[in-house]
Order: sequence, then C-alpha cells, then structure tokens
Amino acid sequence: MGFSLIVIVVIVAALAFDFTNGFHDTANAMATSIATGALKPKVAVAISAVLNLAGAFLSTEVAKTISGGIVDDTKITPVVIFAGLFGAIIWNLLTWLLGLPSSSSHALFGGLIGATWIASGADAVHFAAVVQKILIPAVASPIVAGIVAMVGTFLVYKITQTARQDVVGKTFKTAQALSASLVSLAHGTNDAQKTMGVITLTLIASGSLASGAAPPVWVILCSGAAIAAGTYLGGWRIIQTMGRKITEIQTPQGFAAETSAAVTILASSHLGFALSTTHVCSGGVIGSGVGRKLAEVRWGVAGRMAIAWLLTLPAAAIIGAIASEISSSGGVGTVLVGVAGVAVAVVIYLWSRRNPVTASNVNEPEQQPVTVGAA
Amino acid sequence: MKIDWVALGSVFLIALVAVVVVTGLFAVGVRGLALRTTARESGAGGTGGLTAAVVCFAVCAAIVAYGVYLIVA
Repeated sequence: MGFSLIVIVVIVAALAFDFTNGFHDTANAMATSIATGALKPKVAVAISAVLNLAGAFLSTEVAKTISGGIVDDTKITPVVIFAGLFGAIIWNLLTWLLGLPSSSSHALFGGLIGATWIASGADAVHFAAVVQKILIPAVASPIVAGIVAMVGTFLVYKITQTARQDVVGKTFKTAQALSASLVSLAHGTNDAQKTMGVITLTLIASGSLASGAAPPVWVILCSGAAIAAGTYLGGWRIIQTMGRKITEIQTPQGFAAETSAAVTILASSHLGFALSTTHVCSGGVIGSGVGRKLAEVRWGVAGRMAIAWLLTLPAAAIIGAIASEISSSGGVGTVLVGVAGVAVAVVIYLWSRRNPVTASNVNEPEQQPVTVGAA
Repeated sequence: MKIDWVALGSVFLIALVAVVVVTGLFAVGVRGLALRTTARESGAGGTGGLTAAVVCFAVCAAIVAYGVYLIVA
C-alpha cells in the first residue's frame, strides 16, 4: 500500500515522540530502584525496556481516540497531528535537558490542542474536556499518590522498626525490583498505546485504513520497539532528579513509592479517572520522603517540578501552534518544520553533552548544590 | 467546572486500602523473615517466623498477580 509523503512524515514523527516518551519516563519506574541500588542502572533500563515492549502487545484495549474528546476529531488532519507531535517532542527534549519529569501525555495533548487551535480555531478545542480530563487529574495525581505513599512508607517503617535491619534492607531490595517492574509494565500498556493511536488515526484520516480499524501489527511492533529503545537509552538526567534530588531514598521507601504508584495507576485506569503516570510516580516519591521519619524532601526541587508540570501543556501548545501555522502553508512549510525539529534535537543533544548524566554517574552526588526554587 | 468526586474518591480509597494491605503485609512478612534469621543463628528453627513470612508474601503475590491480570485483560 502506498502512503502519501505527509503520512510517512507523521509516522516518523509519532515514532520519534514515542522514543522521547520512552526515555523521559524510564525514571517513573526505575529511578528509585537505581538510587537505592536495588537494580544496577543498565539492568534496570533493560528490564524496563523489555516490559514496555511486552506491555505494548499485552493490552488488547486500543487507545481508540488519542484526543479523548479534547479536540474535535473531525477537524484533525495529518498536518495538524504532525504539528502537535512536533510540539510534544520539543518540550520532552527540553524538560529532559533540565532533568524535569514532566508528563509526556500532557506534552502530546498540549501539542495537539495548540495545533488544532491554529488550524481550525478555538471552537475545535473542547476546553471543558481539557479541564476535566487533564487539569484536574494533574492536580489530583500527585496528591493521591503522595498521600498513599506517605501512609505506606509510614506503615512499613513502623512495622519493621524493631526488626533486624540487615534482613529488612535485603528483602526490600528484592521487593523493590518487583514493584518497579510492575510500574514498567503498567507504563508500557499505557504509553505505547498513545503512539499506536496517533498512527492509526493518521492512517484512518488518510484513507489507508477503514474507520474504526484496529492498529495493524506493524504499527504495534514499531511503537513497542520505539518506546523500548527510548527506555533502554535511559533518561539518566530525569532518573537522577527523581531518584536522588527530591529526597534520599532507602529500599523500603522505594518499595512503598513504587507500590503506591503501580496501585494508583491501576486503580485510576480501571475506575475511569485517568491520572498521569509521571505525576503519580513523582507524587509517590515525595510522599515516601514525607512518610519516613526525618527524611528530608527538597521542596525546591519539587516546586521546580510542579512549575514544569504547569508549563507543559501551554508550552507544548504554543510550539504546536507555531508548527501548525508554518506547516499548514504547504509542503515546503512541513519540510521546514521537520528540518527545524531535527536541528533543535541536535542542539539539545549537544548541549546535554556539556554536562552528561549517564548510567555510570547517575548515582553520584551532585557536583554543585541544586539551585532551588528560582529556575 | 465539574469534578467527578465519586470517581476521584474511589480511586483514592481503593489505592489507599490496597497499598496499606500490600505494604503492611509485606512488612509483617519481613519481620517474620528477620525473626527466623535470628532464630536460625541461635540454633532454633524459626519456623513460626518463616510461616508468617511465606503467608504474607503469598498474599502480596496474589494481589500483584491480580493487578497484572487487570493490566492484561
């Protein structure tokens, strides 16, 4: 079957987004395990990658509509999707450079909202749905996961207080590897689906697939592979933030934080109140810091993270809107946006080399004190 | 702006209960394991601790298995 150029471009952009989604979110599942030494960094990302790939195949429930009623489906064209993806990718790369665990879903939604707004007007964006499906969960996720993790952590320390600490530490180390794997699997079933949804939607929009068709096997395979590859690469900068900068994590805390995150994600996806994986996991880490006696939470880092969460949607929307404006001017515009995207990605990558965070130094203490709050 | 308090509340409650049960049971299991280790070192059997640990871990594993089942199905 022959695809038009724009469809191929969108598929490539979707897979690129999937890739950034993978390395952006490795931290969600694995940061605390890496920080406590429960898993070696390389082993952790390998496990996470495999489970993300498995997750892509496991779930039979397809992300039917990735926009979830947030934008008017009938007004979406491949060019709009491309512009939205562009906004999401750029924001994911920027936040990665800063080591901030922002939500990939918010970036995707933001990009699509901005692109749709420019292409079809504000009417095509359902703002009530935006508030209900994105803003409220964004506020609720870290609070719910945070409180749950706090209670869990408190309980674990209370119960094991008088027990032999060597056995306690060792057992929780093993437990943590398991709880982290569960988070990875849950993540894979969620996030790989999003990219599959985007690609499938594009194929339907361009007439290559019948309306309401399930994603073809090659789409599932590509999406799973892209997110797994991104995960394996490891977003070490974000892992460092979540594992070491927010609070000092011990194995029982890591276990409590991950269990809380996994349970909260599961409960939310099955009760119809969608919460963001990233926000849930970050909330869990903060909660486990509060729950352990005397553990210090660096609220400056947490605050910076919260600001990034607030900015994610509008920032991705603005980038998506600009990309939409340029690419809707025709083929040349689309090519221009594509070239600009690659250029920005290269610049950000080169910038990151000036202060690289890798598997070998992710657990080292910071060279200079964290500048809190201000940024 | 309409907040679905019922859905949000049930997510919160279920997550809270599940985490309290899993982490609590696991911690009790760890205690049992610790007791057994101490008992073994002083020559005793420590069967009680081991039994407690195995039961607790088994229940945790069952809950996790159910969680995986929820993801897959």
